[in-house]
Amino acid sequence: MEKCTTTVSTCAEIAETIYDLQLQLPETSRWEVRPGQFVGLYPGSAARLLMRPISICTAIKPDRLRLVFRAGGPGTKELAGLRPGETVDVLGPLGNGYDVEMLAGGRVLLLGGGIGIPPMLGLARSLTAADAEVTAVLGYRNGELFLKDDFERAAAHVLIACEDGSTGVRGNVLDALRVAQEETAHEVPADAICACGPLPMLRAVRRYAAERKLPCFISLEERMACGVGACLGCVVRTRAVDGHSHVRNARICTEGPVFAAEDVEI
Amino acid sequence: MDNSKSKTPDMSVTIAGVTLKNPVMTASGTFGSGMEYGQFVDLNRLGAVVTKGVAAVPWEGNPTPRVAEVYGGMLNAIGLQNPGIDVFIERDLAFLKDYDTRVIVNVCGHTEEEYLEVVERLAGESRVDMLEINVSCPNVKQGAIAFGTDPDTLCRITQRIKRIAAQPVIMKLTPNVTDIAEMARAAEAGGADAISLINTITGMKIDVETRRFVLANRTGGLSGPAIKPVAVRMVWQASQAVRIPVIGMGGIASAEDAAEFMLAGASAVAVGAMNFHDPYLTERVVDGLEAYLERHGIDSAAQLTGAVIG
Repeated sequence: MEKCTTTVSTCAEIAETIYDLQLQLPETSRWEVRPGQFVGLYPGSAARLLMRPISICTAIKPDRLRLVFRAGGPGTKELAGLRPGETVDVLGPLGNGYDVEMLAGGRVLLLGGGIGIPPMLGLARSLTAADAEVTAVLGYRNGELFLKDDFERAAAHVLIACEDGSTGVRGNVLDALRVAQEETAHEVPADAICACGPLPMLRAVRRYAAERKLPCFISLEERMACGVGACLGCVVRTRAVDGHSHVRNARICTEGPVFAAEDVEI
Repeated sequence: MDNSKSKTPDMSVTIAGVTLKNPVMTASGTFGSGMEYGQFVDLNRLGAVVTKGVAAVPWEGNPTPRVAEVYGGMLNAIGLQNPGIDVFIERDLAFLKDYDTRVIVNVCGHTEEEYLEVVERLAGESRVDMLEINVSCPNVKQGAIAFGTDPDTLCRITQRIKRIAAQPVIMKLTPNVTDIAEMARAAEAGGADAISLINTITGMKIDVETRRFVLANRTGGLSGPAIKPVAVRMVWQASQAVRIPVIGMGGIASAEDAAEFMLAGASAVAVGAMNFHDPYLTERVVDGLEAYLERHGIDSAAQLTGAVIG
């Protein structure tokens, strides 16, 4: 884990307010990134002191990161304005990431909703490389299907849902699974589920997994300050007393962002 | 050849009989117990590690969101989540045993008895060099800040802690008072060995699009560079009012900021929220402060204390 100054290779808007940012790490930095880990990106403005937690879409190489993020607030809007050749400070890699070894060889459903889609790409690639049969179910707001082509190369199957019904199934990722079941007369087969997306989606996914007794891993987000486990700003309520905090709170930046769905109260 | 001019400055400072290798500490709550930031800085290079507040029993803290960024600073309402004194001693204090730095344990409680319980437990811990008593957290409903805003209460709790404490006692003051000098005098009258200030300034942020409070706790403590001028002013006022040493903090982002606090009257300083911006900052401030002293031909860090001209 380190904070270093990276150089922007590309920064492009790939859908409305969604940016594809590729960063070159300094020569001395070689990161081992696990899918599901994230980085802290520091806006250059001195008035903004906190890093923005952003999931790693893929580690293109050990010294090259691809981040796909939504420019929502002023900090991420500033980051969206980065141009090739400019520099940006990055803290990472942060968090635990998904346990690819455990999922290797199985049938894995990857559910990504909105800006929860990007981290699923790196996971899809790692799982496919680990002989898992990956079905990626991607839930979009509209017909701007960012990263869809990448997923078609990285996963065995790709299902699409759009809230506005412009492409694929109208609705969310679970609607896409339901329609697939209706069309093929059997449920999309799975041994485990990994999901990233808004909380209502994660709650519904957890229910879906529990009904089928499938292991389910979800990636959470929260407002963060330090990103390294010191400030206790980004906790999630846990079912049992957490091993580090000794209360029913786990640090999303350190014990997470990936949790077994049944371990957290969301 | 006369080498006297190129002699490296003496960075050590002494507070209540405890000598620190340099005046740079961490501000409680921004550095855990050093474990996390030990990946970024060599803890052996710090004057002291000031740990996150610890209570008699585990505290769950406040609901999330607990943090928010504001212009030049941040708000937090963690609510003093901590694992309780047993785990703290077994794990955090044990971790710090391997390091050659001073350990200052920040103590919090809901009632006077809870503070006393922690102070008593720590009395037998030789690794603890000093205690910092948090009577100034704005994010906890009972206790904490209530003890730090009334001079008589502050004086009384200081007296009670001093009676049982085995280590020198630093009372950490809140800026959320009208007259900081009066509070500093109350801590001194109660027998405090030192005071530290400032804790965070109570603030609030509202999201105008959703029309909701950003923090679940509604109010939070403001920290970061935005509060530095307030902190420098209060350190100056407090140090003018008492004879005991003052430890200054509030938005330190550089060695020059640290020097400013010392010129205002601080004997040592703490780096807080800006650790989140730059995890290497504490060591940079140590190096930068030494360079500052050399640049100004000052022999020792201790000479900076209160050396503002005019």
